[in-house]
Amino acid sequence: MTTTISFILNGDRISYEIKDHWTLLHLLREEMGLIGTKEGCGNGECGACTVIVDKLAVNSCLYLAVDADGKTVDTIEGLASTDGTLHPLQQSFVDNGGIQCGFCSPGMIMSSKALLDSNPNATEDEVKHALAGNICRCTGYVQILESVEAAKKHMSGGGQS
Amino acid sequence: MKEFTYLTPTTVEEAVSLYGQHSETAKYMAGGTDVIVKLKEGWMEPDYLISLKKIEELSELRKNDATGDLTIGATVTHAVLEKSIMIQKEYPIIHDAVSNIGSLQVRNVGTIGGNLINAVPSADGAIPMIALDGISLIQGPAGERSVAVKDLFIEPYKTVLKPGEILKKITIPAQAPRTGSAYIKFGRRAAMELPLIGIGVLLSLEEDLETCAKARIVLGVAGPTPMRAYEAEKLLAGQRITEDILRQAGEKAADESKVRDSVRGSAWHRKEMIRVQVRRMGLKCMDIIRNNR
Repeated sequence: MTTTISFILNGDRISYEIKDHWTLLHLLREEMGLIGTKEGCGNGECGACTVIVDKLAVNSCLYLAVDADGKTVDTIEGLASTDGTLHPLQQSFVDNGGIQCGFCSPGMIMSSKALLDSNPNATEDEVKHALAGNICRCTGYVQILESVEAAKKHMSGGGQS
Repeated sequence: MKEFTYLTPTTVEEAVSLYGQHSETAKYMAGGTDVIVKLKEGWMEPDYLISLKKIEELSELRKNDATGDLTIGATVTHAVLEKSIMIQKEYPIIHDAVSNIGSLQVRNVGTIGGNLINAVPSADGAIPMIALDGISLIQGPAGERSVAVKDLFIEPYKTVLKPGEILKKITIPAQAPRTGSAYIKFGRRAAMELPLIGIGVLLSLEEDLETCAKARIVLGVAGPTPMRAYEAEKLLAGQRITEDILRQAGEKAADESKVRDSVRGSAWHRKEMIRVQVRRMGLKCMDIIRNNR
């Protein structure tokens, strides 16, 4: 069955006709062409598809698009400013080598953003707990944690959020 | 994924009635973190998916200060429980168990009711509910009924719920004063893991802060369903709690367990870990009780 949902995507209110069985990931990538969000395992194990729904990090592969109705959805595409300036987290991942192949990065960054938005002074343990569901097979996590730490300092030091 | 029609009732009665109309062609879904995997894999192929997400009464988390009862609605997410200061302080065993279920992304969506009804032998959420003597309230075509959480499970992936029935909430009766509780999910790595063995211990002490008034020892992955180690509990009841008697309780619990070899671990290792962790969780309960004085 098809349903028309209306939600706020990266700040813009939109309506979209969807099929009830579509996941949010399918809607974003295959229907809307927002391919920044990645599909890794498709089963909620890897976190590559992480987006933020009503301020909470969720696996978009395990979230039905129909459930986004009335909600606020943020994806990696909504982070940079319209003039192309990267979000402090994105810039920090670039500066600190938190990226190698890049496949996990959108998910890592969205999980980090959800954490820092709600807990700007998150400790290293809290960062690890929040990122435990984001798997990286390249960098070994050290640079990723350093990237989040550096972004945290930048963001709490009067930078944009 | 096969196409289906998504239904969003706003009351339990409406949900049960929708199930009545569509019977076997319908499935209930709470958070969906397990159901959507099953839909994708084709293990479940409903024509109608009845979502419980819009039923407000199911998402209630409330402590009744007059009676001391705690009500946990079936669609309360693991993350809501994990972040609750009240749960952290008064029900540490719940906090211990839910804060390492899946990932944060899963805990933000997955529900305690779904964790119970999925009925995997490794369900972390079941252990604290059993240790706290939780009662589940179930509603279906034939009306309401209550079942102790410890009696909810029949075998792996199977509960006492009949077709059309919905788990509405868990009620945790008031805890005795001087109660401590703790759970450990013991696995090979710190994150994104299913437990090799799960051990929950709850102790209530008499006023002397030494004599055991009540003991609960609950094991996950130690048998086909979550189980209480009754003999080990009996060994502690009425006795002065020392490290030595907790060690004996660990031995007894390991003997009672029905652990077996599986891909994730061997039976002897599981028994060893029950021995060690029943003692450690018991000591942790004692610390909690003394620190709360």
